[in-house]
Amino acid sequence: MSLYTYAAPSQFYRLAGQLTPWFAWSAALLTGVGLYVSFFVAPTDFQQSEAYRIIFIHVPAAWMSMFIYLVMAFWGAIGLAFNTRLSFMMSRALAPTGAMFTVVALWTGAAWGKPMWGAWWVWDARLTSELILLFLYAGIMALWASIDDVRRGDRAGALLTLIGAINIPIIYFSVKWWNTLHQGSTINLTKAPSMAQTMLIGMLLLAVAAWFYTIAVAFIRVRRLILERERQTEWAKDILAKEA
Amino acid sequence: MKSRHKKLLVIVLGLAGLGIAAALILNAFQSNLVFFFSPTEVAAGKAPADRAFRIGGLVEAGSVKREGDGLTTRFIVTDTAKTMSVVYKGILPDLFKEGKGVVAEGKLGADGAFAATQVLAKHDENYMPPEAAQALEQAAKAQKSVVQ
Repeated sequence: MSLYTYAAPSQFYRLAGQLTPWFAWSAALLTGVGLYVSFFVAPTDFQQSEAYRIIFIHVPAAWMSMFIYLVMAFWGAIGLAFNTRLSFMMSRALAPTGAMFTVVALWTGAAWGKPMWGAWWVWDARLTSELILLFLYAGIMALWASIDDVRRGDRAGALLTLIGAINIPIIYFSVKWWNTLHQGSTINLTKAPSMAQTMLIGMLLLAVAAWFYTIAVAFIRVRRLILERERQTEWAKDILAKEA
Repeated sequence: MKSRHKKLLVIVLGLAGLGIAAALILNAFQSNLVFFFSPTEVAAGKAPADRAFRIGGLVEAGSVKREGDGLTTRFIVTDTAKTMSVVYKGILPDLFKEGKGVVAEGKLGADGAFAATQVLAKHDENYMPPEAAQALEQAAKAQKSVVQ
């Protein structure tokens, strides 16, 4: 038994079913602990006082919005190159969650911008590129929904996802490349985070929780997609008959 | 070469081409992508003279003056090299403070002062408890007195 066994939709259906509760419960637990640390343990900020706490939702959501897109693009590229069915299904299963996190990032950002900057919205490079990301998610999902032929839809969606991937480095580096109203990144790979430690712990706990949540819902969604596409096979028929 | 490897190569090359195209386009639109100009850039004539634009920098310490009407504020924006005086009538954001970041949108007035229609506070990416900020400030002061 190798790792490739799970590239078969029927095998992956079973595996995803077994793993989902673990990820879901870990996500719930980490969210609880993360929110507690973020809102009750982490200290107030020296210049933004309590309002900075929006960061605990805003940053994990923004990270996920970008990361999920990269994973979608990865699966899209694998699907296009190797014609693996499951890759396309993974890509489709991730899109709604990615769009959701993009909305959360934009929404919490607006709620943070109003009291701190003095504006709900400005057209600086960071905010604009993140809005484009939301349009990309919406466009990809609309494209999938509008093409009835599943295989053609998969390939068209994957291509659009790959083209849009160019936006991700633009979002990430926008605060570095251009002067923006949005502040630079607090957490960098190259230097120590410019944030008190308990704040950082709260934020990272919620980021991991967002990861686990994403994996859990993507697995739930991909299982439905597998059943839908394999409905003429015997094993899928058995499951559907039991569910009915 | 297997066909799937060929496909992968096409995808990789396509993405690389797209990346280069995007880099060139973004580079060409560089001046449209900046959110604000620094006082040095304005002095060098990089900002548009006939339409509204934004300037950004730090509010110079000790420069904020409120006028009698209670709404008009005058202050100086600095990028530590050049400065610009700004006049603004309206409510300032809470984070507007001397020595802190600011972005103002408006036009250059006839008197040379920048007449702002909107003032936004730009905060940095550092988050720490007030005690830590105080400790840092004191450390900076102590170092200064040692140097002097």
